[in-house]
Amino acid sequence: MIKVEDLRKNFGTKAAVDGVSFNVEKGEILGFLGPNGAGKSTTMRILTGFLPPTSGSAEVDGFDLEDQPVEAKRLIGYLPENAPCYDDMFVSGFLKFCGEARGLRGGKLNDAVGRAIATCFLEPVAHQSIDTLSKGYRHRTCLAQAILHDPPVLVLDEPTDGLDPNQKHEVRSLIRRMGKDKAIIFSTHILEEVEAVCTRAIIIDRGRIVANGTPDELKGRASGAGTIVLRAADRGGAALRPFLEKVEGCSAVEVLEEQPAVLRLRPKDASTASGLAARVHELAVREKWKLIELRIEEGRLDDVFRSITLPDTAPGRDAK
Amino acid sequence: MNCFGNIWSVAKRELSGTVSSPVAYVFIVIFLLLSAFFTFMIGGFFERGQASLASFFGWHPWLYLFLVPAVGMRMWAEERRSGTIELLLTLPVTAWQAIVGKFLAYLIIIAVALLLTFPVWITVNYLGAPDNGIIVAGYTGSLLLAASYLAVTSFTSALTRNQVVSFILAVVICLFLILAGWPPVLNLLHRVFSPGLIDFVAAFSVMTHFDSIQRGVLDLRDIIFFLSVILFFLFATHAVLLARRAG
Ligand SMILES: Nc1ncnc2c1ncn2[C@@H]1O[C@H](COP(=O)(O)OP(=O)(O)O)[C@@H](O)[C@H]1O
Ligand SMILES: [Mg+2]
Repeated sequence: MIKVEDLRKNFGTKAAVDGVSFNVEKGEILGFLGPNGAGKSTTMRILTGFLPPTSGSAEVDGFDLEDQPVEAKRLIGYLPENAPCYDDMFVSGFLKFCGEARGLRGGKLNDAVGRAIATCFLEPVAHQSIDTLSKGYRHRTCLAQAILHDPPVLVLDEPTDGLDPNQKHEVRSLIRRMGKDKAIIFSTHILEEVEAVCTRAIIIDRGRIVANGTPDELKGRASGAGTIVLRAADRGGAALRPFLEKVEGCSAVEVLEEQPAVLRLRPKDASTASGLAARVHELAVREKWKLIELRIEEGRLDDVFRSITLPDTAPGRDAK
Repeated sequence: MNCFGNIWSVAKRELSGTVSSPVAYVFIVIFLLLSAFFTFMIGGFFERGQASLASFFGWHPWLYLFLVPAVGMRMWAEERRSGTIELLLTLPVTAWQAIVGKFLAYLIIIAVALLLTFPVWITVNYLGAPDNGIIVAGYTGSLLLAASYLAVTSFTSALTRNQVVSFILAVVICLFLILAGWPPVLNLLHRVFSPGLIDFVAAFSVMTHFDSIQRGVLDLRDIIFFLSVILFFLFATHAVLLARRAG
């Protein structure tokens, strides 16, 4: 559905987006991750036809955003960053306008507005002026505008930004639900969100894609991924170590804590971690250790994110 | 068909936004009060002893000079300030449809204000026997003039996110359009420049064309002049919107 090819955007001499390519198919939810100023919003603005790219192309269902903008825009629902809304309108009036501009009329328009209001839990404020709304309602009003016409493509720029935990949860389950039959791309810098919602994630830094894969694949790239952590109640770490070093397939053992013992085993090869864990378990049973924990580290998305994107203070990142 | 539907959607939104705020009402009330004040108190409507609306229309270039930029300054500046421009321009509506829709909305407000001056027309008809053909021409010229100022305001409003800046720029450009053909200024220029040059400058002034319409001749050339000014500034608005997109 969404096809982005070698997209570049310069502001003056500065490249905000620097050669980004990706595809999103129907049924996929793509998480767009990256530090502030990475170029997420700029990419989305090009994808929705608000900004023209300096070079490269963005297509939605075969319609190029530059050559056939109106056809492409019909297929897109867009929630811009900071959820702008017309302050001088009522919630229902605002949604009606958006529906009309998308060609809905009469009964179809009323149905669409009613559905969007129900989906985004806007009933209590439907006849309230937008400038009197709390931030959560405002955000959902703008989200309602994006899903109003049941578009096959959704572009959501930080859809959960500024919401309270309950609202965040609601919006995430909404995205997951809609993701079944739409192509969705959403940006965030909350990493649990990616794990909870996305089928695939892209990490972007300084305008370039630095990682692209399922959340699990990305987690596998964390430095601790695939190691085995063992905790025993009745032995010291130093006492256990010689036993563990002799287990087949183990390349290194590290004592994290002495009492109660916590040790980390590094397998020779990450794919053999489960075999190694089984052998460690056999050993523990045989030696009658009081095991309280034995687990394979999944790797944390946080660690991947930090290791492949430069921190704000690092040289080479200019202040925003 | 879709095109007009889109223009009308944008115009309706703009009107609903303006109608729920005091801007439109304040504009209409002030326009009516000032029209009455200038016509009857300063323009010497009764002293003239003529059944005509010359004293009424004569003030419009100056009245509109401040009122039209004041009512239209938010047109694009507010969209930019609040970020809603990103919503508007990512709807399946072209920039042209949005520009024309907004222009139309404010033109409707101005036209309503102008229509509400009908008591003045009734008054002259009650007091005497005016040439109603001249009065119709007068109203047409007045609306064309207001539409020209509105197109200027659309352009200056697209230039900035600050409504006050957009207002000031619009007033300055409109003032130039007036002064280029205002007799006191032309007399001043006569001392320095050749008559040919002055006629050329005066041809760009709304005053020259407005006055000739007010005399009751709806000359096609005058109408074309106003339509060209309107189109020129709407094109300029389009160019500014596209250029500011490019970053
Ligand atoms: N209109 C603009 N003019 C100049 N620079 C811009 C503009 N929009 C964005 N930028 C710059 O482009 C970079 C990417 O911004 P953005 O896409 O908003 O990042 P993100 O959404 O990932 O935080 C930033 O360094 C930002 O300062
Ligand atoms: Mg952003």
